[in-house]
Amino acid sequence: MKKNLLYFTALVTLLLSACSKKQDPTPNFQEDNLAPLSIEFDNIVGGRTLTFNNTAVPYTNAKGEPFTVSMIQYFISNVKVTTNEGKEYVVKQDSSYFLIKGSDKTTRFAKVKVPEGDYSKLTFILGVDSLRSTMPIDRRTGVLDPATGGSMDNGGMYWGWNSGYIFFRLEGNSNLISDDQKGDPTGKKQFKYHIGFFGGYDVPTLNNIRSVTIDLNNAGIAKVRKDRQSNIHLFVDLMQVFNGKNSFSIKENPNVMFGEFSSKIADNFPQLFTHDHTEN
Amino acid sequence: MKWRYFKYLLVILCFVFACKKSEVIQEKIETFLGFQTPKNFPEPIYRIANNTVTKAGFELGRKLFYDPRLSRNNTISCGSCHIQSSAFTQHGHDVSHGIDDRLGTRNSPPIMNLAWNKAFMWGGGVYDLDLQPIVPITTHEEMDENLENVLNKLKAVPAYREKFKAAFGTEEITTAAFMKALSQFMIMCISSNSKYDKVMRKEGNISFSTTELEGYQLFKDKCGNCHTEPLFTDGEFRNNGLAPSPINDLGLYTATLVNGDKYKFKVPSLRNLKYTAPYMHDGRFLTLDAVFQHYTNEVQVLVNLDPLLNKNGNRGISISNDEKTKLTAFLNTLNDEEFINNKLLAEQ
Repeated sequence: MKKNLLYFTALVTLLLSACSKKQDPTPNFQEDNLAPLSIEFDNIVGGRTLTFNNTAVPYTNAKGEPFTVSMIQYFISNVKVTTNEGKEYVVKQDSSYFLIKGSDKTTRFAKVKVPEGDYSKLTFILGVDSLRSTMPIDRRTGVLDPATGGSMDNGGMYWGWNSGYIFFRLEGNSNLISDDQKGDPTGKKQFKYHIGFFGGYDVPTLNNIRSVTIDLNNAGIAKVRKDRQSNIHLFVDLMQVFNGKNSFSIKENPNVMFGEFSSKIADNFPQLFTHDHTEN
Repeated sequence: MKWRYFKYLLVILCFVFACKKSEVIQEKIETFLGFQTPKNFPEPIYRIANNTVTKAGFELGRKLFYDPRLSRNNTISCGSCHIQSSAFTQHGHDVSHGIDDRLGTRNSPPIMNLAWNKAFMWGGGVYDLDLQPIVPITTHEEMDENLENVLNKLKAVPAYREKFKAAFGTEEITTAAFMKALSQFMIMCISSNSKYDKVMRKEGNISFSTTELEGYQLFKDKCGNCHTEPLFTDGEFRNNGLAPSPINDLGLYTATLVNGDKYKFKVPSLRNLKYTAPYMHDGRFLTLDAVFQHYTNEVQVLVNLDPLLNKNGNRGISISNDEKTKLTAFLNTLNDEEFINNKLLAEQ
């Protein structure tokens, strides 16, 4: 008897959920029928959550090098979503620049508005596109204001002498870093990866802008509706900076800013992002 | 009797002074004409339409240019290393001398005809005048400050809030307004009243002397390819065969990482040479003669040496002593006394 009741309840629940699904058909794709969507950038390091300066139990990369993280900041821009039917929506440029700062949890969401719909693909740029990187000063507001963040030491993301933004900034320590010019002459055993370069104004130079595309089918498509807050929860695995397809040693490359090597690191960027789940 | 005359004289003098004063005032009101392209200059590169020069904006820019608040400890202003009497360079310094007596690595370039510049700094990297001031403000050896702090310091001064309002319609001191005000001042630093300019514009019967004219012909033949008229620079980056400096400054390469850009530096204008010594990106040549000596005898064959300096296996430029004298006479017609004495551009 009890068992029957259980079956019954299960059946009803199933029916109900089926019903609720039916009541929520995919809305017609209309460019001006905008609803909120957020993309959450959850910074992790390998199998562990991100803790700053955890010197007691540091992280270890594929080369067996122990390291800790003291700063992680990056730009996310030019968000684009695609429906199952292949309909694309590009978020309006002026509302499509986000500075994700590991030290400030409130910055972990890129909040955008897209038409109501079911989205199975997400695309964005890690960095600031070349067009915006050459725009007049009036168009550089908010996170793109060169004054944002103050000095380099405080987390500034703008290079003055070589006009452009730092797309990705990771700093930390590893006790394997030498105290000479090849390492950190200040003796702090610090590594700094400041990856920028948008390709130059007229003569082509390094282009470290990387596009990231994520298939949402496996971990849950985003159902964007006006009365809800759909949130695409991504993991951003900082370990992949070192362990990605261009795996490298922190000891051998403790400082990468303006060199050719910056492109090798940028090539690892798409591997940082995985889709964990979607909250609809 | 005498006293009576004296009284008359006094009254007359009073009138004279009165007249003079009103004239000066009138002149001041009338002289602000905004940005005007000199008749013998091409159209500017700077987007004037995006930042129309107004009296309020220009004066705000000038105040900022001469304000040491732009530096970390409020000691160094833009005008510290860009001195008007030296055509806005730092005379007598091979490399610029900034905050806490720190020395930079390059010679302070002139603030002159910047509206016609497509790239900034000796080694490039900056291609928009509105973004240029960030470099000296944030450079360790120059002002060693950050933009956020500068804006905060300015916001604390009520007079600035008023001036920003007058110039841009709002008291809010933003990065954009700050940069645009500085640009308004800088693009107004136009040097276009040298003897050369007046001859070219056929003003008031001014003409070149025979020596100057011969020098002009020689100039067009031997120098004018890179130091293009009327700005006397083509705005390009070139390797002019200088031996690498002790710090091995790689020039444009530092900004582009393109191998072909190694040891290339921006071609400087030859205007106002009288006031802008020493010469070259690191101020290594103290006199014009030393510069001639370089081009005639000391050009080094390095990677990317400009082909114009290595024609048919002849390194450098051949210039006889006689030609040197004539060229010097012509180059001296590029000095613009009105520019370095223009009170509008001076600290008020």
